[in-house]
Amino acid sequence: MTDSKSLVRISNVVKHFDISGGFLDRISFSGGRPSLTTTTVKALNDVSLDITQGEILSVVGESGCGKSTLGRTVLGLYPPTSGEIAFRDTRIDNLSARQMLPYRRKMQMVFQDPYASLNPRMTVRQILEEPTSFHFPDLSRSQVQDKVAEVMRQVGVDPAWAGRYPHEFSGGQRQRISIARALMVDPEFIVADEPISALDVSIQAQILNLIMDCQERFGLTYMFITHDLSVVEHISTRVAVMYLGTLCELADKKNLYGEPQHPYSRALLSAIPRLGSKGFSHMRLKGEVPTPINLPPGCVFHTRCPFTEERCRREIPALRTLPNGSRAACHALEEGRI
Amino acid sequence: MTHLLEVQDLVVKFGLRSGDLTALNGINFTLDPGERMGLVGESGAGKSVAGFSIINLISKPGFIASGRVLFEGEEISAYPLEQMRGIRGNRISMIFQDPMMTLNPVLTIGTQMVETILAHNRISTAHAREIALEKLSKVYISSPGKRLGQYPHELSGGMRQRVVIAISLLTNPSLIIADEPTTALDVTIQAEVMALLLELCKNEHMGLILITHDLGVVSQVTEKICVMYAGRIVEQGPTESIVTNPRHPYTRGLIQALPQGGGGRGRLHQIPGMMPNLTSIPPGCAFHPRCEHTMDICRSKAPQLFGDSETPGLVACHLYAQAR
Ligand SMILES: Nc1ncnc2c1ncn2[C@@H]1O[C@H](COP(=O)(O)OP(=O)(O)OP(=O)(O)O)[C@@H](O)[C@H]1O
Ligand SMILES: Nc1ncnc2c1ncn2[C@@H]1O[C@H](COP(=O)(O)OP(=O)(O)OP(=O)(O)O)[C@@H](O)[C@H]1O
Ligand code: SF4
Ligand code: SF4
Ligand SMILES: [Mg+2]
Ligand SMILES: [Mg+2]
Repeated sequence: MTDSKSLVRISNVVKHFDISGGFLDRISFSGGRPSLTTTTVKALNDVSLDITQGEILSVVGESGCGKSTLGRTVLGLYPPTSGEIAFRDTRIDNLSARQMLPYRRKMQMVFQDPYASLNPRMTVRQILEEPTSFHFPDLSRSQVQDKVAEVMRQVGVDPAWAGRYPHEFSGGQRQRISIARALMVDPEFIVADEPISALDVSIQAQILNLIMDCQERFGLTYMFITHDLSVVEHISTRVAVMYLGTLCELADKKNLYGEPQHPYSRALLSAIPRLGSKGFSHMRLKGEVPTPINLPPGCVFHTRCPFTEERCRREIPALRTLPNGSRAACHALEEGRI
Repeated sequence: MTHLLEVQDLVVKFGLRSGDLTALNGINFTLDPGERMGLVGESGAGKSVAGFSIINLISKPGFIASGRVLFEGEEISAYPLEQMRGIRGNRISMIFQDPMMTLNPVLTIGTQMVETILAHNRISTAHAREIALEKLSKVYISSPGKRLGQYPHELSGGMRQRVVIAISLLTNPSLIIADEPTTALDVTIQAEVMALLLELCKNEHMGLILITHDLGVVSQVTEKICVMYAGRIVEQGPTESIVTNPRHPYTRGLIQALPQGGGGRGRLHQIPGMMPNLTSIPPGCAFHPRCEHTMDICRSKAPQLFGDSETPGLVACHLYAQAR
């Protein structure tokens, strides 16, 4: 998309996990000879996308398709196997820990489970002060305390409760506190990985409103990971649809929900349970999701796609821009068959 | 006509050191043969307790304090445990969120299915296998013959849940109680499993109680809905009228909190506060601290479910009592 406004650029990122295990687990015999096997999870396969300043880019797709891995790789929590990550045109995936420090502040993460991500032995004040003093060593103690109170008010938690521990708060309040912790260090970019999945509907609405408020007020940019497609339709600017570690479609929200292009996007969107709809009219997919250990050759979706042809089984489709402005990786679309 | 199920003033408590906690505070509903009902509400509202107490599957320190459950006209809540076991997994089947609550990890799918069939029928093993195969095809399991020899861990989550459904069908139940059966599954697989459940209920004329927090799924599958809040049913009625014209302020809040589709980015409606802990339920209407219409009476008097002739369904809220 437009290069000038790109805040985060993901270029040809591949991420493999070696899950071979110990030496003894890896010995196998072929033709009577022992040999060492390696087992690799291909979590991300050549993913490229730009995240534009100020947008909420949502990442959707089935469990295990690589959403969290993408978020963590962007933040430098996982080194990419190959490919590059750039923040404001500076490459950051190859930086030393020291060089990475300013980017660790600018790029924050909010997790699904605020219980697990907040230290149970620290008070909310300590949780919020710690990263602030670390990243802003010049701030005086009282300045830090003022900031804690200010941010707590911004996320809607009474600053009078700063002395309490995480377990004394409800799930929704804890998620506000994890968002507060991210906001304390004046970030520019937040990866929110399923931030509302553990919350009740009425509380989800509070957190989504807070996320949208922060986008407007602080010009924050988000990568928003979720499996809730109705929520994505509400809050996103653009949406990336992933399948088995591959980007299938990248589109403006309106385009994707109005006219999904990639066959997998079509199947996914047709399955959204809508309030007030009766019965089911989803597009049926055959077969089961293959494992990322044995990726199908060619288009990774070909084992389940209703439009598969011979070419799909051998040639990996590239992401192309379509007439409606969406980008999708599919031979059938390129050939005008669908 | 006798109802398939009739739940009358059911009260379930948990005996805690600090005193008894009332998880279910007098719920009433009926289900007709072949009817599909959704039980919705937020976490902790008492949905699972309601579902399990129907078949007395409440484990200690929980107990049914009062009330009656009639199934096909028989008062099953008065049954001794042994007799109740004859109904569970037989005329009433359960489907849980985690298929491994039903499946035994160390037995093949075939062994589990055949054993279940043989426990209920005097037939040969070969015949039981045939029935197992037939039920697996019914839930669209591909190459069912091969699956019989596989262990649960060799199947995907969606396939496991379909096997559970196949097992629950083995005894030709007249009622299925499904507690969040697709919550752990991806949307595309959720749609497959729910569509399957709907089709089977229709074809076999089975009653369904679908417990879920997903109003979208409920509106796709059910004919009527009970909305629960803090251990009570606060509104019940035909699915269509609850979804399009909710009356209880809590139901309205729940529906307005959902993104409405169409891609607008407006602020979502939020219900202030949170569901009370059941150890400290507010007096009067339990929803009053969060309600935007609270009146004096709401703080002292608990509203009862009632209906009027103009609107289908029942609602427990003083707003409507006043209008009457
Ligand atoms: N640290 C790791 N070591 C080994 N394999 C991993 C690791 N992290 C992820 N994987 C594997 O990489 C693939 C992608 O996982 P990832 O967690 O990114 O998926 P996801 O899309 O976030 O799924 P979910 O919706 O379930 O959170 C999966 O097959 C997973 O098992
Ligand atoms: N074993 C138990 N011991 C004590 N209290 C319990 C127990 N099981 C349930 N409860 C109480 O009953 C209440 C209702 O629980 P229930 O599991 O029915 O909620 P639910 O509506 O199914 O919620 P969820 O959507 O989270 O599954 C809980 O808030 C809890 O206080
Ligand atoms: S490339 Fe072929 S298999 Fe892949 S989505 Fe397109 S039509 Fe289907
Ligand atoms: S009874 Fe009163 S407090 Fe309760 S929902 Fe109705 S108006 Fe609100
Ligand atoms: Mg994830
Ligand atoms: Mg439950």
